Amino acid sequence: MSLDDLYMEIILDHYRNPRNRSGELEGHDVHVHHSNPLCGDELDLRVRLRDGQIDGLAYDGDGCSISMASASVMSEVVIGRKVADAEDLAEAFRLMMHGEGVGRQEDLGDGVVFEGVAKFPVRVKCALLGWMALKDALNTHSEGGQAHSVTHE
Amino acid sequence: MFDVATVRKDFPVLEREVHGRPLVYLDSAATSQTPQQVIDACTRIHAEHNSNVHRGVHALAEEATEAYEAARAAIARFVGVDASGVVFTKNTSEAFNLVAHSYARRRLGPGDILLATQMEHHSNIVPWQLVAPEAGFELRYVPVTAEGYLDREAFDAIVATGRVKLLAVTAMSNVLGTLNPVAELAGAVRAANEDAIVVVDGAQSVPHVGTDLAALNADLLCFSGHKMLGPSGIGVLAGHWDLLESMPPFLGGGEMILDVTLEGSRFKQAPYKFEAGTPPYVEAIGLGEAVAYLERLGMTNVRAHEVELLERALPALRGVEGVSVHGPSDPAQRGAAVSFSVEGLHPHDLGTVMDREGVAVRAGHHCAKPLMRALGASATTRASFYVYNTLDEVDALVDAIEATQRFFRP
Repeated sequence: MSLDDLYMEIILDHYRNPRNRSGELEGHDVHVHHSNPLCGDELDLRVRLRDGQIDGLAYDGDGCSISMASASVMSEVVIGRKVADAEDLAEAFRLMMHGEGVGRQEDLGDGVVFEGVAKFPVRVKCALLGWMALKDALNTHSEGGQAHSVTHE
Repeated sequence: MFDVATVRKDFPVLEREVHGRPLVYLDSAATSQTPQQVIDACTRIHAEHNSNVHRGVHALAEEATEAYEAARAAIARFVGVDASGVVFTKNTSEAFNLVAHSYARRRLGPGDILLATQMEHHSNIVPWQLVAPEAGFELRYVPVTAEGYLDREAFDAIVATGRVKLLAVTAMSNVLGTLNPVAELAGAVRAANEDAIVVVDGAQSVPHVGTDLAALNADLLCFSGHKMLGPSGIGVLAGHWDLLESMPPFLGGGEMILDVTLEGSRFKQAPYKFEAGTPPYVEAIGLGEAVAYLERLGMTNVRAHEVELLERALPALRGVEGVSVHGPSDPAQRGAAVSFSVEGLHPHDLGTVMDREGVAVRAGHHCAKPLMRALGASATTRASFYVYNTLDEVDALVDAIEATQRFFRP
């Protein structure tokens, strides 16, 4: 277990050059705010949905490299996917972070590099933050909501 | 002055390595390390005198009770109160909860202000919040200035109402390191309302600065064993016996009673009425040994040693590009807990990479979220020093920060 497992070049790249990071998203349908009080990580996620598909997604926040890079990877991976597909990917990512194997390896794209983070138990929550927010955003929208705020324990 | 190299030999954990590097332990404000003398004192009880205290008439019960009460007396002397003014609790938080339930909830009411500050640890905020709605008192907080001091103008304005009936203030901030002028604040509160009492959070100050309740002009003092070379699971509420005795019990159960009938119970006097059930006697005895250890070093020397570390650490940290240090810049105004932010680096990334260098620091909100909000930071990194830390370790801290910056540099 080395630092390189935790901070692989791909993770550092997403941290230094975040994709889809913005505090605004034109015409967004749902906005969720997730925080992790233990770390102080805060994440805002906005999603625009069209025809059952993730048409646009933007995240912004204040957090560690793992949480922000993971959100960046997540954004790249899920934009353009059907809602059910994105939810399935989120579940695959969650299982991977809990050491239960890497399902849908190809679809997870850069997301697979976070498998190394699973060896650092205190940082698993960081990697999951963006994906948890995504699940919550999709769920909130399916229940007719437009905004939701979650504090993780 | 004591010899740090000799002191270090007393702490077995300091010999270990972390990730192949010598441990540089800079998280004593969260939990301090334990000297062999304290470990031995706890082991000795288990191995030779283990028995419930204040029960039974056999030899072991008497020996354990004697050691437990000797620890109480030693701890009492250490903070300038009588042995009858020391209540053993689980930790500082429990001590505050005791005061909240047995004093604030009953003695404060509508129209009264319980004045805390924005730099308090959650243990000196949440217990008051739990009882305020029922008791009806108003909970207010003294704001903190940009330099990390209490805003005295705001303090004076609130005190001038004459309605402050309890001042709850930390003697040393666990985040900013600020040493507050508790005696002055207490004097002002008392001058405006002679019924007011002063409760001091000594969790950070008692381990590092010589403490005397009368000199603090305070009524009650809360602190924890595990931050002052003692074991975990033991804390203290220290105060004047008269005040403690005027307060009803907090937790009920075994040992704290004089008589129990099915209709009701009569209670022992303070401090025993607050010690329900079998107390953490091994831990209390361990804390007594920790106090003896600190007294051998001398609290004046402890403070002088930490000022020396601060005089090296503060300029060195400020000298690192992108690093800003929170709290007072004058070592005389602060204790040895130093929080800092590094531009572009989240504390958890810093903490993780520094850990790989063997440097243990705290990253997070330090159980002081209201203060974090005031600082405009969701989290900070904190290095805290104690009797066993060296100037070389200060340098290792600075090196580790720079190594982390190189690691994350785009």
